Amino acid sequence: MTATYELADVRHCYGDRCVVDIPTLEVRSGEILGLVGPSGAGKSTLLRLLNFLETPTHGLITYAGVEIGGDASLATRRDVTTVFQRPMLLRRSVAANVRIGRKLHGLDTKDGSTERWLEKLGLTDLADAPARTLSAGEAQRVALARALVVEPSVLLLDEPTGNLDPYNVGLLEEIVRSENAERGTTIIVITHDVFQARRLADRTGLMVSGRMVELAATEAFFSAPQQPQTAAFVRGDLLI
Amino acid sequence: MGTLGRAFTDALGLLWNMDAALIETVLLTLQVTLVALVIALAVGIPIGAAIGLTRHLPGRWLIVPLIYTGMGLPPVTVGLFTYLVLSNQGPLGGLGWLFTPSGMIVAQTIIAFPLVVGLTMAAVQGVDPNLPVQMLSLGATRRQVATVTLLEARVGVTAAVVAAYGAIISEVGAVMLVGGNIEGETRVLTTAIVLETRKGNFALALSLGIILLSLAFLTNFAFHRLQVHQGVR
Ligand SMILES: Nc1ncnc2c1ncn2[C@@H]1O[C@H](COP(=O)(O)OP(=O)(O)OP(=O)(O)O)[C@@H](O)[C@H]1O
Ligand SMILES: [Mg+2]
Repeated sequence: MTATYELADVRHCYGDRCVVDIPTLEVRSGEILGLVGPSGAGKSTLLRLLNFLETPTHGLITYAGVEIGGDASLATRRDVTTVFQRPMLLRRSVAANVRIGRKLHGLDTKDGSTERWLEKLGLTDLADAPARTLSAGEAQRVALARALVVEPSVLLLDEPTGNLDPYNVGLLEEIVRSENAERGTTIIVITHDVFQARRLADRTGLMVSGRMVELAATEAFFSAPQQPQTAAFVRGDLLI
Repeated sequence: MGTLGRAFTDALGLLWNMDAALIETVLLTLQVTLVALVIALAVGIPIGAAIGLTRHLPGRWLIVPLIYTGMGLPPVTVGLFTYLVLSNQGPLGGLGWLFTPSGMIVAQTIIAFPLVVGLTMAAVQGVDPNLPVQMLSLGATRRQVATVTLLEARVGVTAAVVAAYGAIISEVGAVMLVGGNIEGETRVLTTAIVLETRKGNFALALSLGIILLSLAFLTNFAFHRLQVHQGVR
């Protein structure tokens, strides 16, 4: 099976400050990859690169065997979507915000997918509410729904449960797991909750100061970390 | 009852018995206003959106102050400029548009255009820059991003439409110069008010003024209903 992403010597700098510096990284097709690391480590920036929203200042990203130099093609861009750390919803109804994904792709919007996802995420009662009045957790669920209606091959999640209560955290994790299992969606999930990485991810990586300190099968990552930094990070979070 | 009071009652009488000349003036006013407005919007909204959406626009340092200046152009200087361009010796004299509604539309469009561009630009720039990024992530093309952003800025864009409409329908200096206030041909409400006031026909001038205000109010009322309907409060 070809890798979904291969990164070679990827560096991304703002001015002379490089916030992502990854000599090599492979993201496997159909895996759930967890990303943890302290604030400012460059996790969100890495996702922007993987979503082709920015072009790395140095190095090469290969997506599904195709080298992406400069702007990715529309078809490639439409394979990948992100649920952002701070989702921006349109000044329209909740349902319209979910529908927009399919609309942008030129797909049928009356296929019932909008209603189905609203239902799955417990948003049916809010379908006609103006999206700007939603709570942070509700907005996050709307953002997940609008990402899923386009049926992406790759789903990038940037702290998707940051504002959710335990019930909705469980709900979202269940949805992520079943998308991955049923559609083979490759999923990269950034989380500050190491327990979530443990529950969800096949492999987990630790990013610190733009570098991937350690990337290993989740079980090994937590039970037998190879790097002292990983051990410290895992220990530190377990203390909470 | 003073002059004002008598003028007011007479004006109501005139409004009741709308004569043909009056109706013609109203219709021409609406025609010139709407055509100029549509042209200014059709050209100005895309340009304003493009300027607002392009982060690294070369020459922005010059373009933006020019637009702001244009938003405050004294209409009478636009009238003078249009007059010179359309006059027999002018570069577009061959069109024969001086003292015609077409010439008036040209002047009105020039007056409204910077307002539309400037206010659309400001409205689009007011949209959170994260929105275009997140739309791109959802697979939007550049054009789709522009459309979504413009719709998101619809309150501000509606303000641009309202401002342009107000500027055009209330304008007098430019249409006076370029149109010439010819009865049955280029006479519009504002120029008719000037003329009738000068002649001392206060009742007629006042009735024209009432019509002008009503047109402005009714249209703005409609715009506002539209905004409410769009779910924008
Ligand atoms: N457009 C930008 N211009 C300049 N610096 C930036 C830009 N975007 C991000 N940075 C910097 O890059 C660094 C990494 O940011 P990033 O958002 O990727 O961190 P993160 O790991 O996602 O952090 P968090 O866990 O707090 O979300 C930060 O120091 C940030 O200030
Ligand atoms: Mg982040």
